[in-house]
Amino acid sequence: MAKLTGAEILIRSLKEEGVTHVFGYPGGAIIPLTDKLYGEKSLIFHLTRHEQGAAHAADGYARATGKTGVCIATSGPGATNLVTGIATAHMDSIPMVAITGQVKSALIGNDAFQEADMVGITRPITKHNYLVKDVRDLARVVKEAFHIASTGRPGPVLIDLPVDVQLQEAEFKYPKTVALKGYKPTYKGHIGQIKKIAKAIQKSKRPVIYAGGGIIHSGADKELARFARKANIPVTMTLMGLGGFPGDDPLSLGMLGMHGTAYANHAVQASDLLIAIGARFDDRVTGRVDAFAPDAVVVHVDIDPASVSKNVRVDIPVIGDATEILKELNKLVKKGDYIEWHEMIAGWKRELPLKYQEDDRLRPQYVVEQLYELTKDKDVIIATEVGQNQMWAAQHFTYTRPRTWLSSGGLGTMGYGLPAAIGAQIGKPDSIVFDIAGDGSIQMNIQELALAVMEKIPVKIIILNNGYLGMVRQWQELFYDKRYAFTVLSEDNCTMCPDFVKLAESYGAKGIRVNKKADVKKALKAALKEQGPVIVDFIVEREENVFPMVPAGESISNMLHGLA
Amino acid sequence: MQKFVLSVLVENKFGVLTRVAGLFSARGYNIGSLAVGETEDPGISRMTIVVEADEKILEQIKKQLNKLIDVLRVQDLTGGEHVGRELILIKVKAEDIKAREKIVQVVDSTGGEIVDIGKKALTVEESGDEHRIRALIELLRPYGILEIVRTGKIAMQSEA
Ligand SMILES: Cc1ncc(C[n+]2csc(CCOP(=O)(O)OP(=O)(O)O)c2C)c(N)n1
Ligand SMILES: [Mg+2]
Repeated sequence: MAKLTGAEILIRSLKEEGVTHVFGYPGGAIIPLTDKLYGEKSLIFHLTRHEQGAAHAADGYARATGKTGVCIATSGPGATNLVTGIATAHMDSIPMVAITGQVKSALIGNDAFQEADMVGITRPITKHNYLVKDVRDLARVVKEAFHIASTGRPGPVLIDLPVDVQLQEAEFKYPKTVALKGYKPTYKGHIGQIKKIAKAIQKSKRPVIYAGGGIIHSGADKELARFARKANIPVTMTLMGLGGFPGDDPLSLGMLGMHGTAYANHAVQASDLLIAIGARFDDRVTGRVDAFAPDAVVVHVDIDPASVSKNVRVDIPVIGDATEILKELNKLVKKGDYIEWHEMIAGWKRELPLKYQEDDRLRPQYVVEQLYELTKDKDVIIATEVGQNQMWAAQHFTYTRPRTWLSSGGLGTMGYGLPAAIGAQIGKPDSIVFDIAGDGSIQMNIQELALAVMEKIPVKIIILNNGYLGMVRQWQELFYDKRYAFTVLSEDNCTMCPDFVKLAESYGAKGIRVNKKADVKKALKAALKEQGPVIVDFIVEREENVFPMVPAGESISNMLHGLA
Repeated sequence: MQKFVLSVLVENKFGVLTRVAGLFSARGYNIGSLAVGETEDPGISRMTIVVEADEKILEQIKKQLNKLIDVLRVQDLTGGEHVGRELILIKVKAEDIKAREKIVQVVDSTGGEIVDIGKKALTVEESGDEHRIRALIELLRPYGILEIVRTGKIAMQSEA
């Protein structure tokens, strides 16, 4: 058998895994690999302008397509620049393989030039990681990495590859199977437990389904819809679960938690049966834990045993894959009615809808709403940054299909949206991809606009420009006496810092500014028509707040409504 | 808070100890002691970890350990019958003849052994369960303990 170099083995292995796109940034310790990738037609290297962008782009690609995203960086600073992106993927259970160059094997541990202990640094933010010291292990390691990243509760895996190992030669044989004695995720749910759920549903008078990102990862949206409709149970979603159940379905309660809808939070609090599926009772969802769903029997379906009973006591745990378990459950559930319960919920929906002041001012919620109205019949993907923009994007756009909502939920990473949108657009060339952004966040990875322009990736950036780090300002307004410490982004002597229209133009992208409510639709239409990347800079009400809001650490019954 | 004894089988791979130790520090769990060594299969090591936790945290510790790819099995030995042993070395002051004689007597009576004799100190070795070790320490304390080294507990489930 002919021998291949480590770099060639890696490329062949990636192809065996069906990888067609990688996102990365070159450097000394990864040259052997990037050299072999040069000119590859079926495995395309996308040059981001920062390694963080590469990690988020791989992540956005993964969220939009369901495939494992791949990012590549050199040793030392290149690798450490990936860290935020890896941590973001880890918190949101996104399948990703990160490949980092490492200094020569013989130099490891010597504080060599551009050496960083990546296995050490990324241990707590990866599902698993590897340092490959022998080229003969490489194919097996890649096989294992993809297997671990994409199965069970997905997550990022890092492969650290010394530069000399990339050059060493070995025979290439891609393993067909993995032998990981310590890793065997459970997929099938315990049937006795599933029967208990069915019984609990029959007993219940006020059931609620609380669906999380696990629905999306598992591809359980169809089974979930069947379940909810058959049993006639309302569904609320976490930030990660948006799109897991059609937001326009009469059974949808929208999002719950800190900035959830009032009716979702009230329904959860009043429920006597809470069916959590692929959700993990995050503190942004539960608020004060001991006051969360106080009267409910709690069912928890999750593939990760460690998520169960971590934050909240669970009465009926079922470990396994959401799709598998819902399939079994759908065989058992009977048609439900819960007439009084649905009436109660309809009452909350009537009295406490999501709302904002509708006047002639340019309000950010209106922009998001109009974007939805204009695109609801189209194949659209929304990525977001973090902050108020993210919450308005969650609240005022209706997500009806999985993998159309890409947002950093667990880590809340500003700068996620633009690179994620680019990754998503590369994975889904026929979709229309937006990044709903804040004026602060967008500056954290704006450099990726260069990649979008150069590769003609027509992402559309909607900046809800309020001149503030708005979400932090909101907390300061509400809880710190309006002391806007270090959250002001534009002031008298710097009203356009930067001028996003000029910034777009300087990258060779299109820039549009909107100052008036009356111009919103026109601008959005123009953006939709644009063939290349475009920034639309909406100068919105500076001190608009996100409501409802549950103050951190309080019961989710205690919502601030702002307008009520 | 209670003490629990976990016996954890792990792949004998580079970095596995940091993965386990890192998990404890990242999540704020308390390690009482941790002892590692090869098993009958050189590819597999056994860690005996004594943790201080309540029942709920213990559950999390077990689940989180199980999530580590290199962890093959987590066994909680606390409730069931098990044999637990620890090895200890105690350096104790012994400057005059009288003290020396008394220390020798104490060590004889507990089944320990004097493994090093210096001009001003004796080093005592003892292995046994927690009880026995604690008793020896208390008996030697009046003479002046200069240094203690302990291996941490190792434990094995009893045969039924
Ligand atoms: C990398 C990072 N740094 C800091 C924060 C804390 N933070 C959360 S929201 C926010 C403000 C974001 O401002 P902007 O992007 O303008 O969005 P807005 O809230 O104004 O819509 C900040 C600083 C964060 N989430 N991520
Ligand atoms: Mg802002």
